[in-house]
Amino acid sequence: MFKNIPLSAAVGLTITGIYFLAAIFADVIAPYGMAEAVGDVWEPSSADHWLGTDQIGRDLLTRMIYGGQTTILIATLATVLSFTTGAVLGFIAAVSGGWIDQVMSRLVDLFMSIPSLILALVILSSIEATVVTLVVIMGLLDSTRVYRLSRAVAVDISVMDYVEAARLRGEKLTWIIFREILPNALSPLVAEMGLRFIFMVLFISTLSFLGIGVQPPLADWGGIVKENKEGINFGIGAALYPAVAIATLSISVNLIADWILTRTTSLKGGRG
Amino acid sequence: MHPILKLVAERLGIGLLLLLAASALIFGLTEVLPGDAAQAILGQGATPENLANLRAEMGLDRPAFTRYFEWLGGILTGDMGVALTNKLPIGEQIARRMSATLFLAFWAAIISVPLAILLGLIAVRYQNRWPDKLISGITLASISLPEFMIAYILVFFFAVKLFWAPSFASVSPGMPLLDQLHAISLPVAVLTLVVLAHMMRMTRAAILNVMQSAYIETAELKGLNTFAVIRKHAFPNAIAPIVNVVMINLAYLVVGVVVVEVVFAYPGMGQYLVDAVVKRDVPVVLACGVIFAAVYIILNIVADVVSILANPRLRHPK
Repeated sequence: MFKNIPLSAAVGLTITGIYFLAAIFADVIAPYGMAEAVGDVWEPSSADHWLGTDQIGRDLLTRMIYGGQTTILIATLATVLSFTTGAVLGFIAAVSGGWIDQVMSRLVDLFMSIPSLILALVILSSIEATVVTLVVIMGLLDSTRVYRLSRAVAVDISVMDYVEAARLRGEKLTWIIFREILPNALSPLVAEMGLRFIFMVLFISTLSFLGIGVQPPLADWGGIVKENKEGINFGIGAALYPAVAIATLSISVNLIADWILTRTTSLKGGRG
Repeated sequence: MHPILKLVAERLGIGLLLLLAASALIFGLTEVLPGDAAQAILGQGATPENLANLRAEMGLDRPAFTRYFEWLGGILTGDMGVALTNKLPIGEQIARRMSATLFLAFWAAIISVPLAILLGLIAVRYQNRWPDKLISGITLASISLPEFMIAYILVFFFAVKLFWAPSFASVSPGMPLLDQLHAISLPVAVLTLVVLAHMMRMTRAAILNVMQSAYIETAELKGLNTFAVIRKHAFPNAIAPIVNVVMINLAYLVVGVVVVEVVFAYPGMGQYLVDAVVKRDVPVVLACGVIFAAVYIILNIVADVVSILANPRLRHPK
């Protein structure tokens, strides 16, 4: 499958891979401890501190690595939750039709009529923000979008002859969903997964920046901006490193998603 | 009744229902989640008796259904109760902050809408050549960053390095308009950049879609010049999608404004909402949340109604 991989996708895969590896092996590669004050306030970059230090003298590279770990972990888990919930419900709606479909679709319409950020703010005003609650809130709010896509894709598939055949054979709902619909709906869903992942990274960063996402002592990219934002007024760019990280990560994931979409939708030898 | 009026009336009816349902959803979310206003006031050390007393005093022991309609009535008449944290009436705060937010959003819209349509047209005109690629490159970059990052990048370069604009948008009532505009120039620039990207992309797609239709080809084959093709054939059919794009993006401003106000310490609705969330001031969160949601829903309804009205096929039924 990696034969004839276009340059853009290769770049995307490499950069995304580096970020995920850095997140997984954060404890090994981080030069200092996450909460360890190792220098002066906002030191410029040097051989000891490649990106300088932050607002209370912690090594910024270390903070960025651990921050990436939290951001990527939350975004990944939320994406997985969003996809499993959204896709399963969307397939059930498409296969069952009738009132089940109606009730679920109208409910999703309702949730989508309000911006996710506003809903998240309302919810987070009542409950404590922890990694678990954030993943659940973000995942469930976002699953409405996955629901729409998977329902639309599955409605087209569920009228195919082979699905009809499976129904006539007397297969159960779970068989139809996982054996007939899912394999054929996979490629648009996988491409969408990339976009949802980026959205999750932006979403969790925004929440943390507003002070209602990841709470200290945990570090995450949005939180690093919040902690170092005062420095900007003194011309210190510590708060801008997360911007570079988020931008490069989301552009590379975008490149992969584009490649998957064109590869799987092309008529000639798409699936490898 | 003209069929198009019926369609519009139907859409408005559904819109009203949606508004009602959305307010119930927002109210319901804070109901089902643990903790309420009484808990928030008394804090961790509250005894069950104290809690029960305060709940009775505040009317929190009555059924949620009754309280929902009271609350909804209050929102509609402007009487939104008082904030838990400082006991100030929420309605007054919102009235003042709403005009500040509208001021910000107004200028962002005035700048971004014409610019987005113009750039969208340029992208179509030079499709797949460098202006198109440049525009889509910038678009991709700006949707890859959260709003607050774009804000800080602009602050870093334009406020701190170049001293062109202030990094905090402090606007006072007596200020001359020009000074006010200077104060909000960076937040407006951020909001413009954020919606511009989406709007341009969607405008480009909408116009391309129209330009590829069979009737445009027919018009070209008839020998009409480009201008006539666009004026008589492409433009009337592109109005609906473009207005739709504009409305969706104005609705998107609703979200952008929340974050941008926090970055620039701008005393608007967004900052009020975020402050209230941090302080767990549920009545304020409810009032702001429902207003943001309502604005978003109403703009989307307007988009739908305009696209119904602008559709020639619906206007002139066979």
